[in-house]
Amino acid sequence: MTRLAMAIDLASCVGCAACSIACKMENEVPLGVNRLWIRNTTVGTFPNLTVEHRPEQCLHCENPPCVPVCPTGCCFVRDDGIVDIDVKKCIGCSACIAACPYDARHMLPQGYVSKCDFCKHRVDEGRMPACVETCPTLCRTFGDLDDPNSPVSIAIREARRVDVLRPGLGTEPNLYYLNTPAAFGLVGETGGTL
Amino acid sequence: MALGGSAQAQLFPDGFPNPFRAPPGKWFTKDDVTTSYNYCEICFWKCGIQASVQGGKVRKVDGYESNPKSRGMLCPRGQGGVATTYDPDRLKKPLIRVEGSERGSGQYREASWDEAYDYIAEKMNQIKFEHGSESVAFFGHGTGDAWFASYLPGAWGSPNAAKPSVSLCTGPRETASQYTFGRGISGHEQIDWDETDYIVLIGHHIGEDTHNTQLQDFALALKRGAKLVVVDPRFSVAASKANDWLPIKPATDTALLLAWANVLVEEGLYDAEYVDKYTVGFEQLAAHVAQYTPEWAAEITEIPADTIRRIAREMAAHAPRAVLPVNRHTVWYGPDDMHRMRSLYIVNVLLGNYGMPGGYYFCDAPVVEAYPHPALPLSPASGGCGGGSTDVVTDSPFRPAADRGKFFGTATAVQELIEPMLTGEPYPIKGLFSYGVNLFHSIPMVERTKQALKELDLYVAIDILPMEHVMWADVILPESTYLERYDDLLLQAYKTPFISARFPAHPPLYDTRGAFDMAKQLGERLGLGEYFPWENVEEYLDRRLSSIGSSLEALKDQGTIVRRGRPYFADWERLNRNPIGTPSGKIEIYSERFAEAGLDPLPVFVPPIEGPSGMYRLLYGRSPVHTFARTHNNPILMEAHGENGVWISTSEAAGLGIRHNEYVYLENQDGVREGPVRAYVTERIRNDCVYLVHGFGHKTPLMRIANGRGASDNYLQTRYDLDPVSGGAGLRNNWVKLVKGAPDPQHPPVAWLAREGSRA
Ligand code: SF4
Ligand code: SF4
Ligand code: SF4
Repeated sequence: MTRLAMAIDLASCVGCAACSIACKMENEVPLGVNRLWIRNTTVGTFPNLTVEHRPEQCLHCENPPCVPVCPTGCCFVRDDGIVDIDVKKCIGCSACIAACPYDARHMLPQGYVSKCDFCKHRVDEGRMPACVETCPTLCRTFGDLDDPNSPVSIAIREARRVDVLRPGLGTEPNLYYLNTPAAFGLVGETGGTL
Repeated sequence: MALGGSAQAQLFPDGFPNPFRAPPGKWFTKDDVTTSYNYCEICFWKCGIQASVQGGKVRKVDGYESNPKSRGMLCPRGQGGVATTYDPDRLKKPLIRVEGSERGSGQYREASWDEAYDYIAEKMNQIKFEHGSESVAFFGHGTGDAWFASYLPGAWGSPNAAKPSVSLCTGPRETASQYTFGRGISGHEQIDWDETDYIVLIGHHIGEDTHNTQLQDFALALKRGAKLVVVDPRFSVAASKANDWLPIKPATDTALLLAWANVLVEEGLYDAEYVDKYTVGFEQLAAHVAQYTPEWAAEITEIPADTIRRIAREMAAHAPRAVLPVNRHTVWYGPDDMHRMRSLYIVNVLLGNYGMPGGYYFCDAPVVEAYPHPALPLSPASGGCGGGSTDVVTDSPFRPAADRGKFFGTATAVQELIEPMLTGEPYPIKGLFSYGVNLFHSIPMVERTKQALKELDLYVAIDILPMEHVMWADVILPESTYLERYDDLLLQAYKTPFISARFPAHPPLYDTRGAFDMAKQLGERLGLGEYFPWENVEEYLDRRLSSIGSSLEALKDQGTIVRRGRPYFADWERLNRNPIGTPSGKIEIYSERFAEAGLDPLPVFVPPIEGPSGMYRLLYGRSPVHTFARTHNNPILMEAHGENGVWISTSEAAGLGIRHNEYVYLENQDGVREGPVRAYVTERIRNDCVYLVHGFGHKTPLMRIANGRGASDNYLQTRYDLDPVSGGAGLRNNWVKLVKGAPDPQHPPVAWLAREGSRA
């Protein structure tokens, strides 16, 4: 089996948004919406501070709440674990947008839903997703969790700490955050701006 | 930063579901995708890129593995910078200011290239006849500045060629390096990140200035376990990765560095063998720094003496694999700047790291012969990021540059060439070329610049976008972007020196030309044709490449040629050569040349200039998604960061009754106002300063997206303090207060503006 996953090492991420903009170019994401965005949050008081730079995108959950709500069956999970959308079947009802607890989906002007698809066109050619390839801090890893030698398996194994967003929801995300700067893990949902 | 998710879908004017519209195939599904090699020009870092073209448009750029600058990765600006080529607000045709209209009133008519060149040539010849060829000044920034701030002025005969990248940026570090090591810092700071174990950054904004390779190296070093200390009045992104953050009082860094030198010397922690072998002047230094105790520095810097001692000892414990990297923008406080940079180098030298693994490596640009041409009558000392030399041309038949005598260094200082336009002293400057230099967003005292422009007989602007200063010119020459033009070879000094080429991804979209062609065509008009003997850019590049046994055709498939370097002393010693270019052949801790010139031969602490009470020192820096003031009309980058905010500490803001995100005005010590700008209320800054990201606050409706967003630090810099050694303009002695009651400017969404622009 293949179980594709991504990990972002927050000890390295500087919140530069190269990933977000590479994604925008690669996938022709229109202005006004994003498949990938950054939250920068300050924790602490002067001079005992830390800042979490946290990129967010579709988490490609094992239990994706967006899939069962789709009335046409256009939202589905590929064999390799990518939560995908068959846009030809999408009627733009927005049920999946409402169901996603991470706000990862958006409507395109053309009338169908879109989100991060792990750059499946690249993955299918054996290339890395655009965000992983460009990240200048090399903090993103991607690959097959079932392969112990994939970059993502190695990164998760070597991490001091591994977190996922809102684990209590039972969505079992395949997007992992490694080495959070704050000792308590990921910071809450509200973020600061640059 | 960018926000995501469905909440934003409503911003889209026609974002309504339409089940009958078939989803369009993305660019990568098409079969007409081609790629070409290039190097990025969105900043000066010049990463190697491959541009993917589909349907006549560049859809994506990527780095490529064999290029040492990108190594297959790009920064956000490189990724999104592509959109600038397709910006509907671009300059599209040569323009001539309507006869009789006032400069700055923005009235233009379209002209042919021939007419534009004739206009310029006639005025230049007239200025030469009346005042001499030196009375035309040339400012340049970007790859084409080799033509417009070096070659053309050299052929024409004006020493008044200057780059803001020197006296408004790297000047102090370059002069300090020349007089300490007899070498410049290369355009790519030669820090041996792969080998270092301990890093001390002095106000160095890695992660906010996303110089791609540097950010990669920095992140990898930390991942490897290198320790990081960040000295900054602001909790920068780099500070957020640090083991120690030292929130230093602004303008006191030199005191800290001198105290570190004191501890290294007093406690015998310096590398005695290295110092003995490679340096001169240690004895004088030891006597000199005895006064700079950690206790003395603690008073000044507000960093505890114990911390100062501890960090010095930690550095020494990791030496020579401990490094204090040189930063790029070093014009901070004026008279202090050279001393700060010399102190920084000296601490590195005491750690024995210069020319050693884990410290600073040596690098030289790869050698490719110039296209044969007659010797130029003059070689202007415009310098560059890679540094000006210390050579003084004495036998020139031309008058010396109009800034001579104002400071010790030899590289021309851009800001010192404004005054002669106004006063005619020491001689008048009556003509000006601005190639890619944003006169109103880089040179302090904007009002003075505007007054000076009014006095000129000729002002030519070469640019891509209708920036404010461009729309003051008599003649505007629109340049093709990096994706549309050839350029000269990039000869990069690096650990492994390399050569990269730029190939146009597609023909120019508009009636624009590249600097290479403009310089030749204008040169010919000026009767300087003999200096431009090549047929065209392809033939020029091919001939240069043939000198190393390569060709333009070969580079088309290869993009980059990588050479072997000589990074360490050991590599030079094997060849019996000395990389140190000082008169003594040693690293000059004590500078005889400074002593002879009546300057301090050892660095001293210059107490900071203090500001009016109730005002905050204005600090500034970078956004990871923007370059200078250059990218603020790019919809993709502006969506990621669309306006700057003024950082102010939570406690100060509470005292002023200012809430986070509230719009305020900034008013400086001379009553100049900027804004409205959001208050960014944060724990991440000291109480005695505020901070702005540079480059925002454009003031022209011709740049629809940039116009009126945020505040400009440069407009608030109504004073500067000259570094009498390097000629750098210290910009951080300006003070502001926050004024409540600014209206919310209600900026329309970038997406909406971009659509309006492409419809117009
Ligand atoms: S490109 Fe890398 S460092 Fe930059 S925000 Fe994205 S994940 Fe973080
Ligand atoms: S994997 Fe591809 S689609 Fe997903 S966030 Fe990264 S670049 Fe965007
Ligand atoms: S650092 Fe970024 S903007 Fe600068 S040349 Fe490289 S990719 Fe381009």
